[in-house]
Amino acid sequence: MPDKKPHLEVHNLSKSFRINHQIGGYLSLRDQISGLFVKGKMQSEEFYALKDIGFEVSEGDSLGIIGRNGAGKSTLLKILSRITPPTKGRIIVRGRIASLLEVGTGFHQELTGRENIFFNGSLLGMKRKEVQSKFDAIVDFSGTERFLDTPLKHYSSGMQLRLAFSVAAFLEPEIMIIDEVLAVGDAEFQRKCMGKMQDVSQSGRTILFVSHDLDAVERLCRKAILLQQGSIASQGMAGEVIQKYLASGGSVPPGSWPLAGGMLLKALSFADNSILSGDVLPFEIELHNTNDEKPDLTDLCLLFYNYKKQRVAIYDLRNFFGNFQWTGNRISYRGVIQRFNLVEGEYQVGLFYGIDGKHGDLYEVVKLQVKRRPDQFKVNPYDLQYRGFVDLM
Amino acid sequence: MSRDINIEAQEKVWDADRPRWLDWKEMWDHRELFYFFTWRDIKIKYKQTVLGLLWAVLQPLMLMVIFTLFFGNALNVPSGSLPYPVFVFSGLVIWNAFSSGLTGAANSMVSNAQIIRKVYFPRLIVPVSTALSAFFDFTIAFILFGLLLIFYRQPVSISAVIYWPLSVLLAFLATLGPGSLLAALNVKYRDFRYVIPFLIQLIFFVTPILYPFSVIKLPWLTYVAALSPMFAPIHLFRAPLLDEDVPIHLIVVSLTSLLLILITGILYFRKSEDYFADYA
Repeated sequence: MPDKKPHLEVHNLSKSFRINHQIGGYLSLRDQISGLFVKGKMQSEEFYALKDIGFEVSEGDSLGIIGRNGAGKSTLLKILSRITPPTKGRIIVRGRIASLLEVGTGFHQELTGRENIFFNGSLLGMKRKEVQSKFDAIVDFSGTERFLDTPLKHYSSGMQLRLAFSVAAFLEPEIMIIDEVLAVGDAEFQRKCMGKMQDVSQSGRTILFVSHDLDAVERLCRKAILLQQGSIASQGMAGEVIQKYLASGGSVPPGSWPLAGGMLLKALSFADNSILSGDVLPFEIELHNTNDEKPDLTDLCLLFYNYKKQRVAIYDLRNFFGNFQWTGNRISYRGVIQRFNLVEGEYQVGLFYGIDGKHGDLYEVVKLQVKRRPDQFKVNPYDLQYRGFVDLM
Repeated sequence: MSRDINIEAQEKVWDADRPRWLDWKEMWDHRELFYFFTWRDIKIKYKQTVLGLLWAVLQPLMLMVIFTLFFGNALNVPSGSLPYPVFVFSGLVIWNAFSSGLTGAANSMVSNAQIIRKVYFPRLIVPVSTALSAFFDFTIAFILFGLLLIFYRQPVSISAVIYWPLSVLLAFLATLGPGSLLAALNVKYRDFRYVIPFLIQLIFFVTPILYPFSVIKLPWLTYVAALSPMFAPIHLFRAPLLDEDVPIHLIVVSLTSLLLILITGILYFRKSEDYFADYA
């Protein structure tokens, strides 16, 4: 038998953007026209989101793509999904390809569950007959049969998510591209999804999976590539690549972190970056608004990640009324977490934000070292690996 | 084994440097999406409305009443052998499909940006389907048009069997040309949002809809009117009702203009399609 050709080949793939420093948001014709006359005023800079990427995925293999925010993971997925074209390079695809960059793409609040299943399924590349034949299974998997003919706007967000994932779960392309869609939903449903994805990868289909959840990558993918600033920093068996990624971590960019809507995170700090498990944890956070108008800040939470980059805790910073205290153009917040009950270890603290309807995560803003309490009266404490994340004391 | 052969046969190569032409096969593979987008647009349009489909009829009906009162009665605009309401409604019914189809299509890429950023499919499906859903409204208004003809006991030439479908098809193509052009431009330059209503109004008055072609006395002005891509569809739509002499060369001018805009629109759309997700 001749060598089987891989399902997916990527050769010398690059994507560059031109950044004009003076233009924000979308272009307006005036900017373009005035740009014709006022030369040299606009600083334009070429930015490579991806540089010379090359890899292959053979049939039935699963490839995890890991890396920090801004390393180019999403751009790579978008190119492979044909949503945006590469600047250079070549991609060879053998088989049907379907991508899940989001669950519930095209879901419409006014349409019923049934209607949304058909529209979404069709968008993802299913034929109408295919949706029809899988319809019962999809509904069954989502557990929303009672609401099938209710408009989606009356669904809870959890139900919408379940419905969305269920449609996606019954896609049967040869190659499937998945972007972190598992990061949402309740634990029970996440487990169900992981199970489904494992079935999919074992059924001979090819999976590309991007996630910050290294645990999920390790479980689901045989191989992995690590992206760093648009290039492949490491490529090989998933376990080894994850090790390299963990070893390279730790450095944090100085200055401020851009959020959405012109907001910057200026500071996030703790009174002490090394505390004892169960201690009080005073913290300070400062946000600046750089736009003329105040953006609508709806969500702000501290996120705590363990050494495996799994999220282990969240701390909501919204006040009782769900809004934030502005002082001029700043939000400055001092708070205290009364008992920081996570077990000892090294944690990364990030931020979840919702600004003007856009939500996003910062993953690694500060490091927090948690040590075991010396005065614990338990005579012989168990090893860390048996104790989970939270010390209930 | 059969699976392997199958997969080899499906091999697709995407080269960054190679320009892509309009991919008809791919469009055909996604043909169900035309249906689904159109179906969704129609569904959503009439959800939570009390009058529902009646809205498709009400708009041209009210316009007809207003135009009849002011243009027909007050200004005494001639309407040939037809009663003015029939005359103006026969123009409005097809014009309405054009104008709402064009507005919808021109905004379609922006209003579907969420989907475009997350899923790939031939993008042309979006403006085409949006225009199609506007032409669905036309079929409803067309029923009213039929009732109006019966009410006025208006004789209709048998040639309508050919003229009407032809006219609707041409009107659809006339919608699609500027629709896809503006849709693509709108993604990149939001200025065009403001251009669209103005442009539609402009074409409305240039095209002989409220007035018969015969009132244009200046020869050069007839050419200006004929440049409107809707000139030919509207004339063809009225032809079975009205014996008005429209020189064939003006019809040819209108059809040429229609075709040129259509080709330009689709080519420009195709050319900028790849980068929609970056701008949308």
